[in-house]
Amino acid sequence: MIGLLKRDLTLAIRAGGGFGLSLAFFLIFTTLVPFGVGPQTQILAEIAPGILWLGALLACLLSLDRIFQLDWEDGTLDLVATSPVPLEGLAAMKALAHWITTGLPLVAAAPVLGLLLNLPGPAYPWLMASLALGTPALSAIGTFGAALTVGIKRGGLLLSLLVLPLYIPTLIFGALCVARAATGQDATTPLVLVAGITAGALALLPFAAAAALRVNLR
Amino acid sequence: MSSLWEYANPRKFMATSAFLLPWTAGIAAVCLVTGLVWGFFFTPDDFRQGSTVKIIYVHVPAAIMAINAWFMMLVTSIIWVIRRHHVSVLAAKAAAPVGMVFTLIALATGALWGQPMWGTWWEWDPRLTSFLILFLFYLGYMALWEAIENPDSAADLTSVLCLVGSVFAVISRYALLFWNQGLHQGATLSLDREQNISNVYWYPLVITLAGFGFLFIALVLYRTRTEIRARRLKALIAQERMA
Repeated sequence: MIGLLKRDLTLAIRAGGGFGLSLAFFLIFTTLVPFGVGPQTQILAEIAPGILWLGALLACLLSLDRIFQLDWEDGTLDLVATSPVPLEGLAAMKALAHWITTGLPLVAAAPVLGLLLNLPGPAYPWLMASLALGTPALSAIGTFGAALTVGIKRGGLLLSLLVLPLYIPTLIFGALCVARAATGQDATTPLVLVAGITAGALALLPFAAAAALRVNLR
Repeated sequence: MSSLWEYANPRKFMATSAFLLPWTAGIAAVCLVTGLVWGFFFTPDDFRQGSTVKIIYVHVPAAIMAINAWFMMLVTSIIWVIRRHHVSVLAAKAAAPVGMVFTLIALATGALWGQPMWGTWWEWDPRLTSFLILFLFYLGYMALWEAIENPDSAADLTSVLCLVGSVFAVISRYALLFWNQGLHQGATLSLDREQNISNVYWYPLVITLAGFGFLFIALVLYRTRTEIRARRLKALIAQERMA
């Protein structure tokens, strides 16, 4: 299983695009927002928590269809399925690799983009904490969605239709955590709830993803 | 010995549903006509809401059935996953568009009522928003059915989606309560209250409620029969090609 994780990470680094693209997307998305709503710093500061979370979410979504697609096409998935590694483990490792290549860089980049959007000072630690605790859930849910749609040609759009509604609770609590911190309120409760969703998603969704993979590999 | 699982046999299901279909459809028609005519023309206007109160006869039953349709899909999906009865999953497939339309009716009538009463077509209220999310879940479920060619794979994958989606739908519901205060009034109907609404409105509402329930059953039976026939047709065409 560790070997699978290493393989995915190596592929992401050597083949390019793994780390860079979603970060670039996050940057572009955040840059576009002031063009849409105007450069008034007050408005930007007010919407910054939601925009940053939304940007992270969309950046995650963008790379989902690659989680299983390439392995599916070149037959790696069939080989792993016949190997002693359980598919649940594969799904968990894929989610972890996706998080390391997209979620983790997003967490690191978020404070810089927060500066661009004039996010108030006390919100920064909460922004990083909520993203660090919330993006694993996004990766786990996304892996499940990718497993559902892996057998479908041009399934990218369908994947977003399936996955985005599942992202709603994470987005609500994550953005609420940052927004509360930005306005000086207590942000612990939403942060704990984000962590709870992540814990639940990590515990249960690899099983659902593996079930979907088994159907697709039949 | 007879048991519920007999109806997993498509032939038995077809025979029973052929008998039930005209009855449920007839009862639905009678209930809907009676309830709606009674409700629309023979109940007084509300002293605050005026005649807009009468939208309740469409709005409340549609909303209740929208949720129950998803619940039915969840139950039939679980039955498919556990016992592999094809009729069960076809019923879930058949129920999805019906539930989606009920969701849409509830949203649309709510908007029509909200405009004169709340002064807005739409409000990001937890109830309204969760219905919008339910609508998205229906869309995703149906889109997944459409996208997969192999019927058994489609049945399996949509069932898994329905299970996971149900969990997330419930979480979303509570997340939304956390996220925003509601403008929507409380439940119109609860079992633990002595009187929910004035009896004048209560009787026609119960009748329309029954009407929507039977309408849902009739539509699902009808659509399931269509799905089963489509399956048979596909099998026949495949046979023909093999021969």
